[in-house]
Amino acid sequence: MSNTRKEMTLNMGPQHPSTHGVLRVVLELDGERVVKAEPVVGYLHTGIEKTMENKLYYKALPCTDRMDYLAPMSNNLGFCLAVEKLMEIEIPEKVKWARVCLAELTRINSHLVWLGTHALDLGAMSMLLYTFREREMILDIYEACGGQRMMTTYIRIGGLAHDLPPDFDKRVREIIKVIPERLVDYENLLTRNEIFINRTRNVAVISAEDAINYGLSGPMLRGSGVNHDLRKDNPYSGYENFDFEVALGQKGDAYDRYLLRLKEIRESLRIIEQAIDGMPEGPYLAHVPGVVLPPKEDILFKMESLIFHFKIITEGFKSPFGAVYQGIESPKGELGFYISSDGSNKPNRVRVRPPSFVNLAALPKLVEGGLFADVVCAIGSTDIVLGEVDR
Amino acid sequence: MGQANEIHNSFREFLTSKFDDAIVSEDNFRGDQSFYIKPEALLEICQALFNNDQLDVRYLVDITSVDWYGHAEEAKGRFEVVYNFYSLTHKYRFFLKTRLPGDNPKIRSLTDLFAAADWLEREVWDMMGIEFEGHPNLKKILTADELEGHPLRRDFPLTWEQPRFSWNKDDPPEVIK
Repeated sequence: MSNTRKEMTLNMGPQHPSTHGVLRVVLELDGERVVKAEPVVGYLHTGIEKTMENKLYYKALPCTDRMDYLAPMSNNLGFCLAVEKLMEIEIPEKVKWARVCLAELTRINSHLVWLGTHALDLGAMSMLLYTFREREMILDIYEACGGQRMMTTYIRIGGLAHDLPPDFDKRVREIIKVIPERLVDYENLLTRNEIFINRTRNVAVISAEDAINYGLSGPMLRGSGVNHDLRKDNPYSGYENFDFEVALGQKGDAYDRYLLRLKEIRESLRIIEQAIDGMPEGPYLAHVPGVVLPPKEDILFKMESLIFHFKIITEGFKSPFGAVYQGIESPKGELGFYISSDGSNKPNRVRVRPPSFVNLAALPKLVEGGLFADVVCAIGSTDIVLGEVDR
Repeated sequence: MGQANEIHNSFREFLTSKFDDAIVSEDNFRGDQSFYIKPEALLEICQALFNNDQLDVRYLVDITSVDWYGHAEEAKGRFEVVYNFYSLTHKYRFFLKTRLPGDNPKIRSLTDLFAAADWLEREVWDMMGIEFEGHPNLKKILTADELEGHPLRRDFPLTWEQPRFSWNKDDPPEVIK
């Protein structure tokens, strides 16, 4: 037995339970220390951007659900807002409020999955079962709204696919009531859990300057104390009407980001409550003939609606020449859609600014110099969805 | 509104006073401010913006590219590279856009200034085939190593497939190494 130092290269993934999908990390180790880490991505590349630029605007919408499949409504919202900005569509007030409500439900959905899987990675098995139980309630709302549990495509260009279901109010109020109680349970299990604290405190630390330089966004950026939230800074879809706080961390370690995401869930619940209390009456679709699909119930009875429906489905609508960018605060960070239009009925280029992709690029910074076992914690705490990283 | 205009003017003044020759044109479409610049001036402009404490342009949000193949716009240069900057102090977003020719498109890398540029530039190289000079590790990121071509170019066929694997053991295609 010699005790000379030995360096080794270890391949982690792409089939590995704690890489949250098909992420591969090539690690150079010196004993237990990580010397160098290189994430390898692209195993889930499906060419969504290429697909979207070959489809009519509203037909490109279902592609967006399939990127960040844990937050489908956020993706729908980002794309629809970008197209609405391009086409200058005025959105009815009710739609704005309903969208905010759904986007915040989506944030809770995504954070719950994150909490469950992150805790599972660190050995707290039971969390996953609890968080998925609560997530089920949100998926039920999705199902009641769009008929699907995950790939909803419920938010459409100009409004929503259908009107909100009749028991929407009741279901959402149930969530507002139940989740705070359950959050206390989670906190009892984790926040002062010694093992959890030891695994996350001072692990995967990133300073504020580095976080900005790496272009991080969302909880990864705010965890380091940088106050940047697009809902507050550049409000979209009526977020300026809501009263909420931006959760901030201090040290930028995994534990801070854990506390921050829990706080975000609470703030989201506050927003949802305001949205559901103040939900205005009105149509669920903007009335823009030739651009926005007419309400489904009109198609059978109104000649004009039928004609417009047919025209939009077959030819789409012509868009003005130009390029727009719309960024939204998705659960993972800044999700942006850059649509470059050449004046035809299809986009010339759709660029998705993926928060997970940019956040993942900072992984070497998080893990290098740390222990090998903390790589799992760093990946979990970054909160990536490989569907969005690879698109 | 007035405050937003003031911030916008301070950015414009800074850019036009120092780099008047490098800025080809500017445009504000649906509230998105873009400056069209000459590609050779990119690094210089970004350095000046980065080092200015007042403007605080240290957050590079996105780099992307647009292919104008087969379009009237192609006359100005086939590829358009779009840099998306955000000033965290002023909460102000603006775009630097530049045009590159169709054959052998090249532009200076921003990796010296922004760590975020590393993966974003690799993605643009992989998907659109624009070379970033001075990038320390410019290799494919999303597509398979064997894939030839750059899928997001407009002349790349939509349903193009390149076999990666064959059971034909006597005649292995070249892609298997």
